[in-house]
Amino acid sequence: MSSSQSPETVASRSGAKPKTFTFKVVLLGESAVGKSSLVTRFARNQFDQYKESTIGAAFVTKEVPLDSNAIANLHIWDTAGQERYKSLAPMYYRNAAAAIVVYDITQAESFGKAKSWVQELKRQAGSAIVIALAGNKTDLSNRRTVSREEGSSYAESLGLLFFETSAQSGENVEELFSELAKKIPRSAEPARNSGPPAVNIAPSANSNNKNAQGDCAC
Amino acid sequence: MDEEYDVIILGTGLTECILSGILAVEGKKVLHIDRNDFYGGECASLNLTQLYQRFRNSAPVPAELGRDRDYYIDLIPKFLMQDEGLINVLVYTDVLRYLEFVAIATSMVYCEGKIFKVPSTPTEGLTSSLVGFFQKNNARKFIDFLLNWKKDDPKTHQGLDLEKTSMNEVYKHFSFNEDTQEFIGHAMALHLDDKYKNRPAIETCRPATMYLRSAARALDRNAGSPYIYPQFGLGDLPQGFARLSAVYAGTFMLNTPVDEIVRESDGKFTGVRSGDQVAKAKQVIGDPSYFPKHVRKTGRVIRAICILRQPIPNTAADSAQIIMPQRQIGREHDIYITCLSHEQKVCPQGRWIASISTIAETAGEPKDEIAQALKLVGPIEQIFVSVSDIYEPLEDGTESNVFISRSYDATSHFETVYNDVKDLYKRVTGNELTLQKRPVNAEQQA
Repeated sequence: MSSSQSPETVASRSGAKPKTFTFKVVLLGESAVGKSSLVTRFARNQFDQYKESTIGAAFVTKEVPLDSNAIANLHIWDTAGQERYKSLAPMYYRNAAAAIVVYDITQAESFGKAKSWVQELKRQAGSAIVIALAGNKTDLSNRRTVSREEGSSYAESLGLLFFETSAQSGENVEELFSELAKKIPRSAEPARNSGPPAVNIAPSANSNNKNAQGDCAC
Repeated sequence: MDEEYDVIILGTGLTECILSGILAVEGKKVLHIDRNDFYGGECASLNLTQLYQRFRNSAPVPAELGRDRDYYIDLIPKFLMQDEGLINVLVYTDVLRYLEFVAIATSMVYCEGKIFKVPSTPTEGLTSSLVGFFQKNNARKFIDFLLNWKKDDPKTHQGLDLEKTSMNEVYKHFSFNEDTQEFIGHAMALHLDDKYKNRPAIETCRPATMYLRSAARALDRNAGSPYIYPQFGLGDLPQGFARLSAVYAGTFMLNTPVDEIVRESDGKFTGVRSGDQVAKAKQVIGDPSYFPKHVRKTGRVIRAICILRQPIPNTAADSAQIIMPQRQIGREHDIYITCLSHEQKVCPQGRWIASISTIAETAGEPKDEIAQALKLVGPIEQIFVSVSDIYEPLEDGTESNVFISRSYDATSHFETVYNDVKDLYKRVTGNELTLQKRPVNAEQQA
């Protein structure tokens, strides 16, 4: 579980400061298939079996080495439960460079839902988005109802990356995110130099600084 | 939805979504319902399909307009100022992280048949072509007075009690003529008509100060106006607060009809019925459209959305606000024009979106009331005109536990929205809204 390298390691090997590419990655899939657990396993190498839903990991960032002189800084968005009644906002999909569509290998219905999420993604986010399909919960493979072949042949037919994962054991989680990051075209990073510059309203709050203070007098 | 909640919220307009987010963060169990299949209600930003559904009876969208998803057309045109209250809410809730604000290129005012750039600083005022109308020295004294004024320091009051003195008397104190008064009241304080002159001066001095502070910060980054705007449209504001609410376990149900507001015999709220399901809660908050029998009409707003193939003539800018003060156009209320473009990511390249809005003064053809603005906007490819009723609640809700928001008015900024949020929060919780940094940051950096 220690295949991830810190940026410093990469930098010292190549002797130059690696270039960082920032990509937005969104998670999709039916409730309770393990979307948040995959993120938590990947970002913090933790798993909480009794965690019911959402609160906690709705937005995390993590760096992934791409090659000896490039790093992907993944901004990973979780649904925050808004998928439950099909109430995800367009803001969620916008500018996403990649998506992970998750289903539960023990719930055939969640595989069907995953297929409709893939359609929804193509409609909302455009055809350029890189998609990975993840069949989660391989630790429960004795209760499997979706075969590996079903998943992989569907993914192959649409050109999606495919992994079977376990957020519980950590199997393939690192690989899922890292392969996905490598498949994103580096041009998918939102261009910074087009259009008017962003207005930095509250730099301290924006950068997650705990000392954030509005300097508004009202 | 057959569960029990602390609060049910109806409608995903900005007011409702801000309250949803704040209440969820405070630990309230929130169910948030909208009858539409999109976020934002009356303050949504629509794509072309939604626009034609709403205004053209679902007629096919002309192919030459381009891709559906390149359009985010605000139903209610407004800009933000950097110094206004809503910005604080965005900062303290961290919803700001979902948004990217850009500057509006220019702020202009219509005067004697032409449009002029609004001077945003005293220095700019002295070199502007409006200078002939602007009483330089007095204006400078007035601006210094505003920027130095402190509520608790009588030395800064120059003998004027802004809470009691009318704006007319303040104008007299600074010997301002009609033109300067129009400039201060309409271009800076953004009043829609002249009723403010007989009201306490604080109601004009406070927004004028907000304008000056915002302008000063705009100048720091070489922006030509004090106005800012979120890329991809104002519809992202309610979406951002909805996400905040969801992160704190708020439940969202779009595309869900509200068939009945269930009450006890004494009128007290008990729940909301949709089809054969009933969600129970202690309180309900919603926009006027969910409570047609419990609101009164206070006016009508004309709004015209215009798709252009060129910017508004004589603005030479990718984005602009133009104020047409009532006195200049022979009306009782000002007309506001906003113009946005590809630079704010609300339409494809080669298109501009102009929005005209004003308070309706006649029962006649709305296009006639805004004729002067339409002339100013120039050739129009497509136009969508609507007249909306403006509502306010009949009761404050403390008896019935039914709390109704106000409609979005004709003002060009968010102060009235923010005031309604504060007011509703107080009625719902019994406490003043105090903005504090979230105690625990639920969306953590790994």
